[in-house]
Amino acid sequence: MATNGNGDLPRKVAIICSKGSLDMAYPGLVLANAARMMGIEAVLFFTFWGLDIISKKRVDKLHAGIVGNPATHMPAMIAGLPGMESMATHMMKKKMEELDIPPVSEFLEILDDAGAEMYGCQMAMEMFGMEKEDLVPQVKDVITAMDFFEKSEGAQTIFV
Amino acid sequence: MSTMMMAGQEIEMGDDGFMLNPDQWTAEIAAEIARESGINPLTDKHWEVIDFCRRDAAEKGEAPGVRRITKQTGVSMKEMYKLFPKGPGILAAKISGLQKPKACI
Repeated sequence: MATNGNGDLPRKVAIICSKGSLDMAYPGLVLANAARMMGIEAVLFFTFWGLDIISKKRVDKLHAGIVGNPATHMPAMIAGLPGMESMATHMMKKKMEELDIPPVSEFLEILDDAGAEMYGCQMAMEMFGMEKEDLVPQVKDVITAMDFFEKSEGAQTIFV
Repeated sequence: MSTMMMAGQEIEMGDDGFMLNPDQWTAEIAAEIARESGINPLTDKHWEVIDFCRRDAAEKGEAPGVRRITKQTGVSMKEMYKLFPKGPGILAAKISGLQKPKACI
């Protein structure tokens, strides 16, 4: 088993997902899954806009963020035109499907089956007026920032 | 690259611990790699996965990722993690005598 270099503790990764656009949802999920595939424990902490990724209402409606993103190689004015974001989202989803990358809701099921632990951030949930029932069933619990540090002890931490 | 003895045979091995030549692979070698990875014995379900990996790699030229294995064999994701608790992504390929999969999922 992969170890963390500190004796025999299993190697672990903690991923903080703080953004809720489609293009920012996938990196955290792909990294967590890659970790599990090679036997590394994975904890995911969804906070602020990242809660959209695990929100029952929003998980299948995430949009690609193109306004204010210079990497779209599109003038900001054009990226802001009505319909552009939907088009970019549609194109991204199509590409993902071609690469056999599952939609986000299915990805969360895969991560759960793979034994990754997923948590919602209590403070952000209070801020958005969300309850545990608003989250997809794969989310194990709603925890505080201090709980997160307990759960991520010894882990490599990645902020997305 | 180095060579090592496995199941009475001299095997070409990459620095990452994956076999370099899939033609040197035998069922006995699979069992030995599995044992070293904490899997003993290899069950029929393991063999279902290994047989698919070998077939698929011969056809596509690279080891399949976990998602492809589950979709093509019907072995569920949960089951894959029960069969290969220390990481199905690398172990299925390693035990099958293949290189590390390039797929991220």
